[in-house]
Amino acid sequence: MEKSFIVSKDDWSLHRKGYIDQQRHMQKVKEAIKKNLADIVAEESIIMSDGKKVIKVPIKSLEEYHFRFNQNKVKHAGQGSGNTKPGDVLGADGSKGPGKGPGAGSEPGVDYYEAEITIDELAELIFEDLGLPNLKEKRQKELVTESVRFRDIRKKGIMSNIDKRRTILESIKRRAMHGKEDKHITPEDLRFKTWDEDIKYQSNAVVIAMMDTSGSMGPFEKYIARSFFFWMVRFLRTKYQHVNIVFLSHHTEAREVTEKEFFTKGESGGTRCSSVYQLALEIIEKRYNPEDYNIYPFHFSDGDNLPSDNEKCVELVEKLLNVCNIFGYGEIEGLYYNSSSLMSVYKKITNPKFTSVLIKDKTGVYPALKAFFKPKTDVFKI
Amino acid sequence: MTSEEIEQFQESLRKISEKARDFGLDFYDMRFEICPADIIYTFGAYGMPTRYSHWSFGKAFHRMKTQYDYNLSRIYELVINSDPCYAFILDGNSLIQNKLVAAHVYAHCDFFKNNQWFGNTNRNMVETMARNAERIREYELKYGRDKVEECLDAAMALQEHIDPRPHIGKQGKKSVKPQKVTTPYDDLWDIGHRKEEEPSKKVRKFPEKPEKDLLKFIADNAKELEDWERDIIFIVRDEMLYFWPQIETKIMNEGWATLWHARIMREIQLNEEETIEFAKMHASILQTSKMGINPYHIGLKIWEDIEKRWENPSAEEKEKYGRPGGQGREKIFEVRATENDISFIRNYLTRELVEDLDLYLFQKVYTKWQVVDTEWEKVRDGLATLLTNGGFPYITVEDGDYKRNGELYIKHWHDGRDLDLYYLEKTLPYVYKLWGKTVHFETMVENKKVLYSFNGEKIQKVNL
Repeated sequence: MEKSFIVSKDDWSLHRKGYIDQQRHMQKVKEAIKKNLADIVAEESIIMSDGKKVIKVPIKSLEEYHFRFNQNKVKHAGQGSGNTKPGDVLGADGSKGPGKGPGAGSEPGVDYYEAEITIDELAELIFEDLGLPNLKEKRQKELVTESVRFRDIRKKGIMSNIDKRRTILESIKRRAMHGKEDKHITPEDLRFKTWDEDIKYQSNAVVIAMMDTSGSMGPFEKYIARSFFFWMVRFLRTKYQHVNIVFLSHHTEAREVTEKEFFTKGESGGTRCSSVYQLALEIIEKRYNPEDYNIYPFHFSDGDNLPSDNEKCVELVEKLLNVCNIFGYGEIEGLYYNSSSLMSVYKKITNPKFTSVLIKDKTGVYPALKAFFKPKTDVFKI
Repeated sequence: MTSEEIEQFQESLRKISEKARDFGLDFYDMRFEICPADIIYTFGAYGMPTRYSHWSFGKAFHRMKTQYDYNLSRIYELVINSDPCYAFILDGNSLIQNKLVAAHVYAHCDFFKNNQWFGNTNRNMVETMARNAERIREYELKYGRDKVEECLDAAMALQEHIDPRPHIGKQGKKSVKPQKVTTPYDDLWDIGHRKEEEPSKKVRKFPEKPEKDLLKFIADNAKELEDWERDIIFIVRDEMLYFWPQIETKIMNEGWATLWHARIMREIQLNEEETIEFAKMHASILQTSKMGINPYHIGLKIWEDIEKRWENPSAEEKEKYGRPGGQGREKIFEVRATENDISFIRNYLTRELVEDLDLYLFQKVYTKWQVVDTEWEKVRDGLATLLTNGGFPYITVEDGDYKRNGELYIKHWHDGRDLDLYYLEKTLPYVYKLWGKTVHFETMVENKKVLYSFNGEKIQKVNL
């Protein structure tokens, strides 16, 4: 009988279509994430993830919309293993919806899409629009770190640095030129890798994180501050080799605390913001010479300050502005927000290094980051 | 696969194709292509190796490939309805897996070739899609990728709304008016006659009858589209027309292939080890699911039941339907030639089958998925409803000049199932994008007629 079939096996290694379109899809996912950054930045799963590198970000805009039935109202068909009766429960909400049976898959199932993205990738997206204003060259520039990089090839060198591939290539070239069947490697063939010294200037930054822990600052206010510092520290780390953080919490008195205390501990009592500015100035004087450090003090409060203290605050903020790169003040509009707040007092500060932002909810964190770190270096070069 | 393994595979193909012929299967020449996993999954995601590029295929590919990488699912083969028939086979398959796959593929090919719903499909679709992809590629170079992608996004959002059977129910449309031959001297004949009234004085409906083929209607009539955009819409439509019979015969086709791969494999000498591996694979194909139906399983059971009832009819069947018996094989070949999933379910999903297979309908009740019907007729009809129009809502264009303003009025023919309103609101902008003017969409929400409109800026919802 004649043969009615052909079997073949080709080289498919150049068939990359799936991967190319997958990339396009990922690119679109990233665009979608970027559009929704405000929602994602303060996402709990990110802020609370310590070191977990991959996070899941639900992306709605990448669904493929079409006219379809409401899956929650439609009667679906299923198959049991015998004696199924009306009223039998197959699963709770949130368990895998109907649609994907083995081998099936053409039914419109519950289709949601969760993009996976690493925190680093997300950070890249967030930081794309951020810049570091008022960057100053510090004295410690003289402190250099040296590292070594191999990026040159020479004919002389030490044997341990021989470049085998290039040596063989030279040998092949030489033989090809002479047309000889000579398999030896002569001294002229030898090629060595040589190094350059890479000089990096050490730069340091210190963030002075200040937070009001008076009774009026609830978990929500603390969470907002936490989200903000999470990204801020990450951002500064992309710009400086070393970023130190000092945590200062205050009510009527200020003190230096650990990170854990800073974000979790609540205290009661009134508020005197000047106390924390005073402490910040002391710490700067003692430990972080402005000649050596780029200093970023940030203060979060709900603005409910003791009125008699307001004047002193302005005074101390001005002092801080003299030594720091930028000073950020974030006021969180919480449950007991009072409009006659510290914010209104700070309105009269005109120093361009001073930025204040009012945050109402989670989505306000990203705009706050953008407000504090807008790339305005050119305008305010000192 | 090493060349030695390929040789072995070819040897078994000779036997398998011979057995398939002996059983009466009638197929095109076969082209088996051995591919690595990522290629199989590419083809699975695109539906065709040569199809155009779009991010949604990339998304599907990524999901399928990930499932494969985590060992959650596996595509053993991909078979293309074409002449010759292409089958792509996973390189990692064992020989016995490939034998099963080949037997399965021969039956699919027989189905493609002989089922009447496939009668109008383009058997050169591999090449046609390659040309389509090439044209779209050219448009990308000429008009920019983003513009082409926007157009594809919109057209693909509406791709299910075509008319797979435009010839049915439209015979009456052709008015048999003898075509007059026009010459420059025609007016001579009119001397002394009153001029015929222009027929178009009446208010013409546009379209005259509700038009199911939304894509074609838009591509033909949208005012603002460029020619290349119309071309893209027609490409999407053509490819959907090609895939449509596969959507409509999934249960029959998979059941048919499973029936024959089992029978062919039984006729082939297998050693002990192979027998176990075959049984394992066959069983995994037939695995059922509580939250869905497995077309391979249901299809197979119905085919076997039909054959049995026509081969050895019961006394009642003999008397009532005059079924003489001995016609089992004949009957299943007749069914495979003439029916599709809906009629297959309606005609052959019997009470005994529903009960034996423990089929049911289930629904969300508050927060739980609960079985709501096990009564056989309800299950049968419920299943048929799910399969209606390929499982997609039935919508038609009612008016292409709504409000005498060129607006588009679409009607959803509500059959008791409400639409996903969030999706509806997200899809209307795509219709608008193609039509270029305000788009209206009539549907029912909880037994009330509602009209959704999108004017390019916002969605409006009005109770009718």
